[in-house]
Amino acid sequence: MVKINGKNLDAAKKTVAEYLTDAGFDPLRVAVERNGEIVPRALYDKTRLCDGDVVEIVGFVGGG
Amino acid sequence: MIPTKEEMREALEKRQGKEIQEKFSRATVAVCGLGGLGSNIAFLLARAGVGRLILADFDRVEVSNLHRQQFKASQVGMYKTDALFENLREIAPYIALETRTVRVTEDNAATLFLGAQVVCEAFDVPESKAMLAETVLGSMPDTFLVAASGMAGLGSANGIRTRRISRRFYLCGDGVSEAAEACLVPSRVALCAAHQAHAVLRILAGEDCKDV
Repeated sequence: MVKINGKNLDAAKKTVAEYLTDAGFDPLRVAVERNGEIVPRALYDKTRLCDGDVVEIVGFVGGG
Repeated sequence: MIPTKEEMREALEKRQGKEIQEKFSRATVAVCGLGGLGSNIAFLLARAGVGRLILADFDRVEVSNLHRQQFKASQVGMYKTDALFENLREIAPYIALETRTVRVTEDNAATLFLGAQVVCEAFDVPESKAMLAETVLGSMPDTFLVAASGMAGLGSANGIRTRRISRRFYLCGDGVSEAAEACLVPSRVALCAAHQAHAVLRILAGEDCKDV
């Protein structure tokens, strides 16, 4: 299981890009931290989630 | 006749305490985007006596900005950096103010904000927000990020909150209210700006680790 935004989800073996698409996130409007480290956008499709990973996905909406 | 530097320092120490004031006055904070969030954040940090502010925006003041941004009608057409510099000088004459009238990118951010303990993300466009988050958290290992998402509409003031995402990453806002889909009112935008400024001051004071 992978803990994503506080919830244990069956997302192991998915890439970050695959998970974002499945969960409905726009990859250009998020920041993703995996085990406390930022995942660069260029590596979303190469970074595979593993059992035990703790992931925070922050989605940004417009306005400021 | 404006107060002397010494008089202003004493007044701040009286309000905020000498120990905290010294931390604020030694600090450098960057504010990226000088709109409804950034201009209000900069005012609050300048009033609190943060020693050095780096102000970044490439845009000019427009009439539509005046309802929620810290600019004057006479400043329409000026670069926001120059206009805010003028306005901050009048309330905090002795702090260091540096302007960066450029578009912030992943390539220039680390150089533009060199020396900043905290970067405030106060952009309008979500892709820019995401870019800055990635850049600060990925390329500036000693710098905190205080970002914002969701402050549009007439929803409850209590919907605006501060969350600590990770050690160096704070996020303010309601997370969902998008400017493109709702009205923007000055009070709710300012609430979010105050959340961001307050998160910055807590970080500078070393209070951030205790609770959110």
